Amino acid sequence: MILPAILYVLALVGFPFCLSVYLALSDAKIASNTYGFVGLENIRSALESPTFRKSLGNTLIFTIVSQALVLVLGKILATCLSKDFVGKSFFRFLILLPWVAPISLGTIGWKWMLDSLYSPVNWVLQALHIVGKDTWPMWFGERDLAMASVIAVHVWRLLPFSTVIILAGLTSIPREVNEAAEVDGAGFWSREIHIVLPLLRPILTVAGLFGIIFAFTDMTVIYVLTRGGPAQATQVLSSLAFFTGILGGDLAGGAAISLFLFPVLVVVAIVMLQIARRAEVT
Amino acid sequence: MAKAGSARKIAGRVGLYATVSAFAALLAFPFYWMLIATFKTDRDLYDLKNNPLIFNDHLTLANLKLLFEKTLYLTWVWNTVIVGVLVVLITLALALPAGYALARLTGKWGERLGIGIFLTYLVPSTLLFIPMSRIVATLGLQDTLWALVVVYPSFTIPFCVWLLMGFFKSIPKDIEEAAMVDGCSRARAIVQIIMPISLAGILSAVIFAFTLTIQEFTYALTFITSSGEQTVGVGVPTNLVRGDVYFWGSLMAACLITSIPVAILYNLFLDRFISGFTVGAIK
Repeated sequence: MILPAILYVLALVGFPFCLSVYLALSDAKIASNTYGFVGLENIRSALESPTFRKSLGNTLIFTIVSQALVLVLGKILATCLSKDFVGKSFFRFLILLPWVAPISLGTIGWKWMLDSLYSPVNWVLQALHIVGKDTWPMWFGERDLAMASVIAVHVWRLLPFSTVIILAGLTSIPREVNEAAEVDGAGFWSREIHIVLPLLRPILTVAGLFGIIFAFTDMTVIYVLTRGGPAQATQVLSSLAFFTGILGGDLAGGAAISLFLFPVLVVVAIVMLQIARRAEVT
Repeated sequence: MAKAGSARKIAGRVGLYATVSAFAALLAFPFYWMLIATFKTDRDLYDLKNNPLIFNDHLTLANLKLLFEKTLYLTWVWNTVIVGVLVVLITLALALPAGYALARLTGKWGERLGIGIFLTYLVPSTLLFIPMSRIVATLGLQDTLWALVVVYPSFTIPFCVWLLMGFFKSIPKDIEEAAMVDGCSRARAIVQIIMPISLAGILSAVIFAFTLTIQEFTYALTFITSSGEQTVGVGVPTNLVRGDVYFWGSLMAACLITSIPVAILYNLFLDRFISGFTVGAIK
């Protein structure tokens, strides 16, 4: 009974993965059907290319910064949502919108909101006298601002997801633990640091791992917002693989680039399995 | 003393509402923006002197009219629905038996196999889209919806197997064993007894397979180039932009109309989705 599902997944995950390794070692182009074997040539030329190195660095910055922000903000928001208050389900719906709506469409909304001419974000900043009339930031025109924009949109998108996962962890902490500490005179911060955070560690790890995968391998936000520009300032591995392999027609080169996503997946999978095993033992 | 306590409580409430409202405003703002842009006139949209956050002119249905009558929006929605339905059917056909069997497979191996299947869900489309495009081309499916119908179950099946496994585990074995003692075959016990009480779990698997399909972007962008065959997630951002000309009003309308139903559906079942992600880190 399990077999059909496993076969389907093997055929469409396992086989393409092997093909991807094979393509990366070949000189396959989109237009031709011949595969000459070139060994590690594609990997070598990728490693030597400045664009690739830039993209690898961008991917790391994008992932680390967005995940750090997501975890911190997610913890704050989850702490708020773990309390009971009037209108909670309405707030929850609003907060979840970025995660549950199709990502490419949400990102299109941002593309306009950060437009150089019609940006309501700039309009508000100007109204608050943070920027002047003639010094509106060009969000997608300058390197650092473009990176900040794609990170911000990614945080916007992933924050609801992490919040709900952390919230599930918070609600699983028995109320008595916190109450007992409060009776013993522990204040909010000392309870947070000595009780809540240690108990939340496994679930924070899980939220972080999923977040890392989603951020490290995402190309939707970057493709829709900046296409990797300006001057490769926001190019990441997955978008570079798309531009090289699909639009540029260099299948082998693209496959070699996307294989660099794999080590991160392996590490995440190992940590995940360990968490699951620990849960099995206890 | 009591007074200080209640003042503190009120301050806490105010702080709580302020924080939650600030987050909600930031997270939901793009959807508010889409909503007002949908009904704004072009004159209102493109006048830089206007306050962009409110209506400065009368409301209009022109953007919606353009979207429904002059673009392929309805075709994209229809394509998405077809792909979604077919993917759901394939997913259920394969994931239901697998999820059930894994739930009843006792011992370490059942658990490990389950986690193994779940982990394949994490293999991202951006790692596989290049070889997939080759496979799709070899099968002669490029530029058709069938490419998506065949490929999407590769991530919906792992997730739904995992979800359904958890669900079937919560149903005590005794129920079907009792039926089998009464002379029912196992197959009949599954169809007549287990399936009806599992409807909620099956329904959530359906919703997730469907919404994951609607949200997918990379494969749809890679495999399909003609606008008539695109899904809504790719068709809207790539076709409603002509060079540097953005049909902003209609674009925002399309984003909003597509997002809200998906969001509502998803929201109803989100808790179950999240419990699938916590992988034993919560008891």
